[in-house]
Amino acid sequence: MSAPTLARPSAPVPAAGREELERLRVLPARHPGRWIATAVVAVLLAMVISSLVTNAQWGWDIVRQYLTWPSILSGVWGTIRLTVAAAVIGFGLGTVLALMRLSRSPLLQSVAWLYIWVFRSVPLILQLLLWYNLAYLYPTLTAGIPFGPGFHEFETGNLVGKFGAAILGLGLSQAAYSAEIVRAGIIGVDQGQHEAAAALGIPRARQQVRIVLPQAMRTIVPTSVNEIIGLLKGTSVVYVLAYGELFYTVGVIYGRNLRVVPLLLVAAIWYLVLTTVLTIAQFYLERYYARGALRTLPPTPVQKARWSLLVAWARLRGAPVPASVPAGWASANRTTGHLLRRGSTPSSRDVGGLV
Amino acid sequence: MTATTEQREGLVEVHGVHKSYGTLEVLSGVDLVVRPGEVTVVIGPSGSGKSTLLRVINHLEKVDRGFVAIDGDLIGYARKGDTLRELKEKDILRQRTRIGFVFQSFNLFPHLTALENVVEAPVSAQGRPRSEVEPEARALLERVGLGDKADARPRQLSGGQQQRVAIARALATRPKVLLFDEPTSALDPELVGEVLDVIKDLARGGTTMIVVTHEIGFARELADTVVFIDAGRIVEQGPPAQVLDHPAHERTKAFLDKVL
Repeated sequence: MSAPTLARPSAPVPAAGREELERLRVLPARHPGRWIATAVVAVLLAMVISSLVTNAQWGWDIVRQYLTWPSILSGVWGTIRLTVAAAVIGFGLGTVLALMRLSRSPLLQSVAWLYIWVFRSVPLILQLLLWYNLAYLYPTLTAGIPFGPGFHEFETGNLVGKFGAAILGLGLSQAAYSAEIVRAGIIGVDQGQHEAAAALGIPRARQQVRIVLPQAMRTIVPTSVNEIIGLLKGTSVVYVLAYGELFYTVGVIYGRNLRVVPLLLVAAIWYLVLTTVLTIAQFYLERYYARGALRTLPPTPVQKARWSLLVAWARLRGAPVPASVPAGWASANRTTGHLLRRGSTPSSRDVGGLV
Repeated sequence: MTATTEQREGLVEVHGVHKSYGTLEVLSGVDLVVRPGEVTVVIGPSGSGKSTLLRVINHLEKVDRGFVAIDGDLIGYARKGDTLRELKEKDILRQRTRIGFVFQSFNLFPHLTALENVVEAPVSAQGRPRSEVEPEARALLERVGLGDKADARPRQLSGGQQQRVAIARALATRPKVLLFDEPTSALDPELVGEVLDVIKDLARGGTTMIVVTHEIGFARELADTVVFIDAGRIVEQGPPAQVLDHPAHERTKAFLDKVL
């Protein structure tokens, strides 16, 4: 890149001088404010860690003992089951509700609007208890033709047990929130995309599934994972139904042995682990739906680690960086020879100067 | 490939079309006949209703009065005795596969590759087997000079390349008529030529085309008819030598003075 607008034409660096420049060490600029802030945070961090280690009240030995206790593990499994079932119901029904709100039928629009209004307004804990008491309202449920003959009768109490009431409550209220997320994603897709699909004569259902939703996913995924993380922790509310998920299980145990804090820590650690798994899934999902939206996809942590190792190994041996490492990656990590990279080095992949 | 000169297909009739958005009348009684295989170029100031006219022809916009027909088939309606019945969306979508539309802003599907963009409509709208469509789609990409870009996604292509893919996509359903809505207006000047070359190639191949454009040179070279629209009416139409060089109307003259 030249700078033709400079008032005074600058003389070119002589060839001998260029090689000398290329060999010079590059000193990074100093940032004293950043160093002070770093030191303050480091001290605070050390204080937190030391208190975690030295304060015996945390009861780490009990935490270790109960972390993989069979009943805790079954509680974790209960939490996972609730989260998955409620997420499937929530996002399945939520997508249907979103499409209803976007449909041209006033009745479908209003029903979806009404649903979202009711289920967002009533507290989750109240909904759960209502579902659990469904048998009080309707002692039996009948499968059959509306207003016509019935084929089979069920005892409501058998059909909607603790687990049933829990996933109904969690799933149906989640659907109200998911509907708005999906709808936001769909209306965020460029109008030209709807038009192009219509102009090509693509059937309407296919327009949504093949053209609109995959693009909407880019905005749907981050908020949805947020919601699912909320749902994962929200399952702890189900303790009011005495269903054996993680939080209820922990409560039962510390009710017996009175080691409240260590057992709460056990639950906290498991929630952390589960949330971490979801966060990793989010990274890869977002990356998948970024196809087409970005020219090049961001590298995965695995790729980053492999490239760093390859570059470091190549530098140690003084060998050129392997071709599998992207050019930008190798040169961004250089510590010398920034200055004349463009003009004088034979290739941007060349790693000079260090050996 | 899509329409040889012997197939006399693609007669477009626009009759007495009115269209308003709210209180603003965008088209106020437009009559236009495009004969099969002819190239009609529509020019006019912005806001004159050129784009709306194109969108009415493939029924992206409903008309308030008047009708549009292609090869005698009404677009958007079916005649039953002396009533006009509005077609179901499904049938309108089927009619649209016979009308290719190229947008000013390309509107390629960004999450699909160039090839998938071209293959989508013949497979999902016309129900043709993918195995038959795919070689045809590759040939179309070859024809617009992008045979080597079949697996690229739109964002990896230049504007000119994207518009050429969009043209291949519009051709894939074997339309009788091609509509171009300012196909080069969103392009950098140095990319306009490559897109115009593709359109010229199609025009010489005898496809019926209606092109809304500001490229007066293109109109002069290829149009059979030039139509000048202003304020929702066709002010004058005729062969380019007449409309562009000896306009009969003051408004046409004033517009041409500004763009030439």
